[in-house]
Amino acid sequence: MSTLAANAPGAAGGGLSDVAASEATLRRFLHGLPGVDQVGLESRAATLGTRSIKTTAKAFAIDLAISMIDLTTLEGADTVGKVRSLCAKGLNPDPSDRSTPQVAAVCVYPDMVATAKEALRGSGVQVASVATAFPSGRAGLPVKLADTAEAVAAGADEIDMVIDRGAFLSGRYLEVFETIRAVKAACERPDGTSAHLKVIFETGELQTYDNVRRASWLAMIAGADFIKTSTGKVAVNATPPVTLLMLEAVRDFRAATGVQIGVKPAGGIRTTKDAMKYLVMVNETLGDDWLSPHWFRFGASSLLNDLLMQRQKLSTGRYSGPDYVTVD
Amino acid sequence: MSETALRIDTPARIQVSKTYKLYVGGKFPRSESGRVYEVTDTKGQWLANAPLGTRKDARDAVLAARAAVKGWSGTTAYNRGQVLYRVAEMLQGRREQFAAEVAAAEGVGAKKAAALVDAAIDRWVWYAGWTDKVAQVAGGANPVAGPFFNLSTPEPTGVVGVLAPRAGYGFSLLGLVSVVAPAIATGNTVVVAAAEQAPLPALSLGEVLATSDVPGGVVNLLSGRTADLAPTLASHQDVNALDLAGAIDPEGPGAAAALEAAAADTLKRVVRPAADPSAEDWTAAPGTGRLLSFLETKTVWHPMGI
Repeated sequence: MSTLAANAPGAAGGGLSDVAASEATLRRFLHGLPGVDQVGLESRAATLGTRSIKTTAKAFAIDLAISMIDLTTLEGADTVGKVRSLCAKGLNPDPSDRSTPQVAAVCVYPDMVATAKEALRGSGVQVASVATAFPSGRAGLPVKLADTAEAVAAGADEIDMVIDRGAFLSGRYLEVFETIRAVKAACERPDGTSAHLKVIFETGELQTYDNVRRASWLAMIAGADFIKTSTGKVAVNATPPVTLLMLEAVRDFRAATGVQIGVKPAGGIRTTKDAMKYLVMVNETLGDDWLSPHWFRFGASSLLNDLLMQRQKLSTGRYSGPDYVTVD
Repeated sequence: MSETALRIDTPARIQVSKTYKLYVGGKFPRSESGRVYEVTDTKGQWLANAPLGTRKDARDAVLAARAAVKGWSGTTAYNRGQVLYRVAEMLQGRREQFAAEVAAAEGVGAKKAAALVDAAIDRWVWYAGWTDKVAQVAGGANPVAGPFFNLSTPEPTGVVGVLAPRAGYGFSLLGLVSVVAPAIATGNTVVVAAAEQAPLPALSLGEVLATSDVPGGVVNLLSGRTADLAPTLASHQDVNALDLAGAIDPEGPGAAAALEAAAADTLKRVVRPAADPSAEDWTAAPGTGRLLSFLETKTVWHPMGI
């Protein structure tokens, strides 16, 4: 199924830039996307969750999942010490087994970026920072841009921005589009490189699958490098159907434009079993091209401990427990 | 309508027999395997189907027990005593049912079975009384050569794996209570492998616990092959201690050795089984041995401020 085949203006030319020429064209494009078959989507996601992954495949999946984690601490009570210890854990998740891979990134609030950057220097582990008045996104554009610029200046490699759900739900798509554009511009560094931009939809607040599909296309056209489900701060976070829908969106976007976009489900993924369900979905929907930390991430904190416990089980044969991993 | 007519119209009543289920995390799941095994009385007559708990069930139970540790060990000793006393009250209310189950399971007479159930209830009350007294026995103020208050307090070990005493000696309930109650009285949570041949009183005990005030996950009761469940509990890194009361091989001593070795690999406290199961008399006064087995001592040095 290609969502784009029938109705994407400019798809043939591989560019979608004219879509955002005005509020009207953008709305026409987003509302022209085919509706989501809710029953089909949910049953497909459920079916993909029933695969049995064992032994060597499981070992591979666990290591891959660890290397895809954005190890996250986004609490009001975060301290410099906590961020440093989280970075140490990201660099060396299981001190009892040095073959454990590093995580992909450590995700913190902007004021902790410098601390994390210092702790991770030279390691290859990225520093991701949330920005744009995370998690609500309720601030004026200048504040959001300053928030972003500060994080980038402090050394953030990746910026996780939130969209204004209020604007999106009331149909002000162009406003959301322009904000993403502006934040993308704010991600640029003086040397001409640019921080990776992840756009968070907070799918738990978007109400319908159709809205998730529209938000995905909106963000991808606006220049997102990654699309991300949730902040982890609301009741409903990443779910398999929503993630599957976003995976299909990035697949269709690449087919239409040749541009590859990453996906990051975040929040509520706590067990190895959950993580493996997502990996199966990625493999079945997108294939090998996306099965790397460069294109798929897990936003999680407690997931890492469960992965480590499962990893210890595979290497020792004994079921592990929380006494054998760190308390974060 | 005459009485005779009434009798003719009423068909013979079909017995409503009970579906025995596991008790894990405060819920009554069937075995993850979906399988059951036949439980018979001592003469080989079928009594009921018990769920055939698997290694996966044991691991799920350990998760439930671990999740319950914080809440249960954090309750005050006084409150724990009240909760355990409440269990005894519920047991008392089901005295006849347990007496019938014990009599059927182990071939003892009705009178003896009733006496064994009474003893089990009394034992539960006895351990309920110990909850707020164990700290005085196992802890205290230590004299030290320095300006410090030095205080030792006992804390629960954590998750305790329990192999309930084997059936065949009349102790399918009393033996079970004698190993479960002391472990939870001090704030531990337990995963119990019930006696393989006589699991019904244990599974019914789950119903008693569910209707008293014991939080879900504090006691988890599994029926099934002890040979499957015991090694899983012994080697599981998230089980902190092991009571091997039921790990007795009828062929001779030594069955527990492999379990002890697995437990040693993961640094568990272990209570060894009696060498001879028939010599173990669970009706005798239990003493504080099991109560003090699953405790860790925390010692605090506090400056006197001189």
